[in-house]
Amino acid sequence: MLRSRKLNGHQARMAYLFISPTILLFAVFTVIPVFMAFYLSFTNYDVLSRMDWIGLANYRKLINDDLLWQTFRNVLYYTVIFVPLNILTSLLVALLLNKARMGVKVFRTLNYLPTLTSAVAAATVWLWILHPEFGLLNGFLGYFGITGPAWLSQTDTAMASVIMVTLWQAIGSNMVIYLAGLQGVPDYLYESAKLDGANALQRFRFITWPQLRPTTFLVSTMSIIGALQLFDQAFVLTQGGPANATKTPVYLIYQQGFNQLQMGYASSQAFVLALAILIFSLVNMKLSKAEESIV
Amino acid sequence: MKLSVSSIHPGYGRALRTAVFYIVAFCVSMAMFLPFLWSVLTSLKPDDEIFAFPIRWLPSRITFEHYSAAFSTVPFLRYFGNSFFLAVMGVLTNLFFGSLSGYAFAKLNFKLNKPIFRVLLAAMMIPGVVTMIPSFYVLMHLPFFGGNDWSGSGGHGLINSFLAIILPGASGTFAVFFMRQFFLTLPSDMMEMARIEGAGEFRIFLRIYLPLTKPALATLGIFTFQAGWNSFLWPMIVLNDPLKHTIQMGLQAFSYNHQTDFGPMMAGALVAILPILILFVLLQRYFVQGIAFSGVKG
Repeated sequence: MLRSRKLNGHQARMAYLFISPTILLFAVFTVIPVFMAFYLSFTNYDVLSRMDWIGLANYRKLINDDLLWQTFRNVLYYTVIFVPLNILTSLLVALLLNKARMGVKVFRTLNYLPTLTSAVAAATVWLWILHPEFGLLNGFLGYFGITGPAWLSQTDTAMASVIMVTLWQAIGSNMVIYLAGLQGVPDYLYESAKLDGANALQRFRFITWPQLRPTTFLVSTMSIIGALQLFDQAFVLTQGGPANATKTPVYLIYQQGFNQLQMGYASSQAFVLALAILIFSLVNMKLSKAEESIV
Repeated sequence: MKLSVSSIHPGYGRALRTAVFYIVAFCVSMAMFLPFLWSVLTSLKPDDEIFAFPIRWLPSRITFEHYSAAFSTVPFLRYFGNSFFLAVMGVLTNLFFGSLSGYAFAKLNFKLNKPIFRVLLAAMMIPGVVTMIPSFYVLMHLPFFGGNDWSGSGGHGLINSFLAIILPGASGTFAVFFMRQFFLTLPSDMMEMARIEGAGEFRIFLRIYLPLTKPALATLGIFTFQAGWNSFLWPMIVLNDPLKHTIQMGLQAFSYNHQTDFGPMMAGALVAILPILILFVLLQRYFVQGIAFSGVKG
């Protein structure tokens, strides 16, 4: 009895030793920064000299910051289009490539490849594809007699281009997640539905879709969080232009904090964005719960 | 209609469906693959064929001039080395600290096991943009580093140092969580046996359990390498010294400064993709396992 307690004490001490590097790094680079971000958002910290408490001044300032709200409108527009499109296309590709057939692995690999590219490399390749005169996309449209737009330099198509590029990069990994989800749907459900005379569309509506709800919840949550923090592609493709049409909150926070060194103000903007991410995630959670009760 | 055809000639309906499948699957996959093909072709074409209207698909002769142009205008080789070093360091630290902590959380009894683990998991929900600015502050004011005194002032801390990238990411919560889930699937009786034989806790971890996690380590390693190699915003924030730039930063700067040099641009982009592509070809099954894990357990 005494021996085992001693052993447990030793075990616990070793366990704390094992997790100590992780905990130390977590404290320094997550816990401290989170509290500091909150504190900084009430100061006028500018790296060089000042760090005075200025109360709610930053938050008051951002209410009237037109550029900030434009970046929010941009990223909301992006999210509202990108996230459903991402779910739809990934699911469709997964459904298409779910069945074991000859060569299906090759098709899966080809669809997965874009997820391996970095955002910068993908955006660089697409800069060329979207070139107004010599780009592949407009060349393609030219075959059908259509004169394509200057994708990245027109306000009405710039965001569509960013959506296109990020979608190209996102489909592959979500397809794999959906494929894993589809493997988990028990076969007997389909068989009994077939016996009951349900057609393919009904089988999808009443078996596949409800069974995939946890998967869809995961995919949608991750893509909402990623979409609201869009930066890399917007930075490389359009530098936030034209006329700030593709500037995102993270982009603005980066510029505000690290180019103009208004770190206090940028911190308050980061908190507003975090709040938006939280709200969107909660709405998403509510939506997938609500569906549960219907089906 | 379709029903009636297939009920009269079952073989006919199936053949039709197979044909439709292959046509659709081919078109979708080609659309996804085309950007790769197009950038490879562009990078190998002479300049006058790049800027051709209508599109000229195949080059009349294959040239590597764009690759040498890319490497001679920008120190891509150095950027490549920097990125490689950072990604490998990320892999090594995450594999070691991640499995050490993951093992403790999965296999060892201590009072704060559940509470600490829950806090780590909850913190995963904090968006990176919140900690971006204060992390910079913390790195700049880390005591005794980069000319700083004990109070963290006087120098520039770890800013401009590779440690500013390695340290904050050295033990990612995802790595801890991932390894914990794997260790949970391993039986505990080997541990009891080894204890009776008098083996120390660290030895049990290192010699008995860690070797059993090779597939998990491979998956986690690939994930971490890919994340490190592809990261862009954080390195851009903390590395100002041009000699320390990463390949993603170099590529971005190149495409910004040489906006019409599409040949070298494509060559640079392909070089930036290549290591991950090679890794994928060699270790394909671990890639898919990793994503499937996040899909099932996440």
